[in-house]
Amino acid sequence: MSGSGLKRPLTLNLILGTFLVLWLVIAIFPFAWTLWGSFKVENDFFSKADWSHALTGPLTQATHGSPFTGAGYEGAWIKEEFWRAALNSLIVVVCVVTISLTFGTLGGYALSRSTHRYAFWLLIVALVFRAMPPITLVSGYLLPFYQWNLWGHLPTAIIVLVAINQPFTLWMLTAFFKNIPKDLDESARVDGCTPFQAFRHVIIPVMWPGVITTGLFSFLLAYNDFVVTAMLLSKQNQTMIPKIASFLGTTQTEGNVMFAVSSVVSVTAPLFLLVMFFQRQIVSGLTAGAVKG
Amino acid sequence: MRHATFLRFFLPTATAMLLFIALPIISVVIQSVYAPHDQVVIEVQNCTPFGCTKSTAIDQDATKKLREEKPLGRFVGGAIYTDRAHLAFSELGEAWQLASGPGDFLSRVMNLPFYRALVFTLTYMAFVTPLSILLGFIVAMTVNAIPRLMRGPVIFFSLLPMIVTPLVGALILFWMVDSRGILGAAVQWLANNPNLSLKASTTLTWIMLIVYGTWSTSPFAFVVYYAGLQTVPKDTLESAMLDGASRWHRVRYIILPHLMPLTVFMFLIKIMDNFRVFEPIVSFNAGAHAQSLSYFIYSDLGGETRLLSSAAATSVLTIGGVLVLLSPALVRTWRQFGKA
Repeated sequence: MSGSGLKRPLTLNLILGTFLVLWLVIAIFPFAWTLWGSFKVENDFFSKADWSHALTGPLTQATHGSPFTGAGYEGAWIKEEFWRAALNSLIVVVCVVTISLTFGTLGGYALSRSTHRYAFWLLIVALVFRAMPPITLVSGYLLPFYQWNLWGHLPTAIIVLVAINQPFTLWMLTAFFKNIPKDLDESARVDGCTPFQAFRHVIIPVMWPGVITTGLFSFLLAYNDFVVTAMLLSKQNQTMIPKIASFLGTTQTEGNVMFAVSSVVSVTAPLFLLVMFFQRQIVSGLTAGAVKG
Repeated sequence: MRHATFLRFFLPTATAMLLFIALPIISVVIQSVYAPHDQVVIEVQNCTPFGCTKSTAIDQDATKKLREEKPLGRFVGGAIYTDRAHLAFSELGEAWQLASGPGDFLSRVMNLPFYRALVFTLTYMAFVTPLSILLGFIVAMTVNAIPRLMRGPVIFFSLLPMIVTPLVGALILFWMVDSRGILGAAVQWLANNPNLSLKASTTLTWIMLIVYGTWSTSPFAFVVYYAGLQTVPKDTLESAMLDGASRWHRVRYIILPHLMPLTVFMFLIKIMDNFRVFEPIVSFNAGAHAQSLSYFIYSDLGGETRLLSSAAATSVLTIGGVLVLLSPALVRTWRQFGKA
């Protein structure tokens, strides 16, 4: 509405400005506070005496000789072997994104090009699957997985996450493929390509923007998952998020909370970078389904 | 596209969904009508010089063997659904008869774990959905009013609460509202009560969870509304201005109707998402005061004794709830499809 002729009155501008600043503080401050506090000792970050100790860190100064300490990070990453969880997370995330995009592009392409009724019904079924809480499925996995000795392994969690991710991936990619003109692959078919050749030589070269956007959301789902990884992975195969939850279970000894705080910061940092580099794709992905209706 | 070609393209994703979504649902349904085996009890006769006494003992081997042979347990039909931990029909009837008034009846119902979880889940959904959409709308209107150059960074920072892992985001907030954290201290100072703890009270725990939910989901509404605002027809706005429509009138009669379809869409998505609220309860360690349906299943599955059957019954009821919530959308889609 800016530049639409009528100037906004000063009071309205003031209200808008104040609100915006307030919102930004609400959105950012918790992260900044936790980042700052992760370099303190527990009794400064959770100060009984005075909340401002979390800023100045007098006890950190007394213990470590400097108002900042990396003790929380050292304890979490080295002593508690958070690096192992990070490695597991990396494996899980890479596999989930690759497999679900492979399955999703093939399936989404088929759905977008099919004119039959069942294509519509499959999308509806996918919507219902998408709406179900993952934990309800997990309670169905446990007994069979125990019986067949599938429980606890990374591949199990990966394929389960791929499956849970499929409905959403299908919806996004179907919508995306529908925007690629049918004439493209149809003319390739007229020229004598098989359906797979048409897909391979005509669709694949032009599908990357949609695939990258969908891939970002697959990444977030796999990276942020707690339910599946916490219930289906054994202790040495844990990914980062259940690992953080397990720090909370053992917070009795002093300092362990700071392990959790520092690993929370470690988990959040890659997400910051992700939003920084892919902001445009994330926004377009979020709005794709909505704005088109 | 021919059926055979479609099938070949669709087979991988169909297999994945069939094996790990459709079959688990069936597995959950089956599990929910079987209860764990009782322990095998044998009668032992102890004879002493003063006579014989009969006592019962647990036959460990037989119990173990039975459990290994039939891991599902014994068939009980709908018994798990109607027991105290789930639909609790007999307890409900009793509460209905004994209750002195609606308030008393409600508090009796809130003692039943399934209904407690259901009430919390619905309350969370009923507050967080509209609040986050409203907050997202206001932020979108505000961001739309600032110079273009500033919008990029503002959007970046606004996205963070949503992108961050739910468990992690909730933990960050939880540490701040700890009685030794900055927000906890602020609340104590405001309430002028140095012993106030947000974690100890049920009401405050619920409010805290709702605040977290609103914080973490309003960026989604913001982004969707912001994109919607870019598509508001400029000429309609300008002709309205020429006709003397005030700022408020333009919002009320042009912008809001334009954003209406988006609002419906977001309500649908957010109701679905908020119905499965789970991670914040783990982070806030709030299981004692607030249990959602998902958390109820989780706590049955975890712990020393895995209550698989109980979790399965709750899962089936939860899936039923999802279907009820989705039904308006499904019916609408079905009607549109029927017409086309």
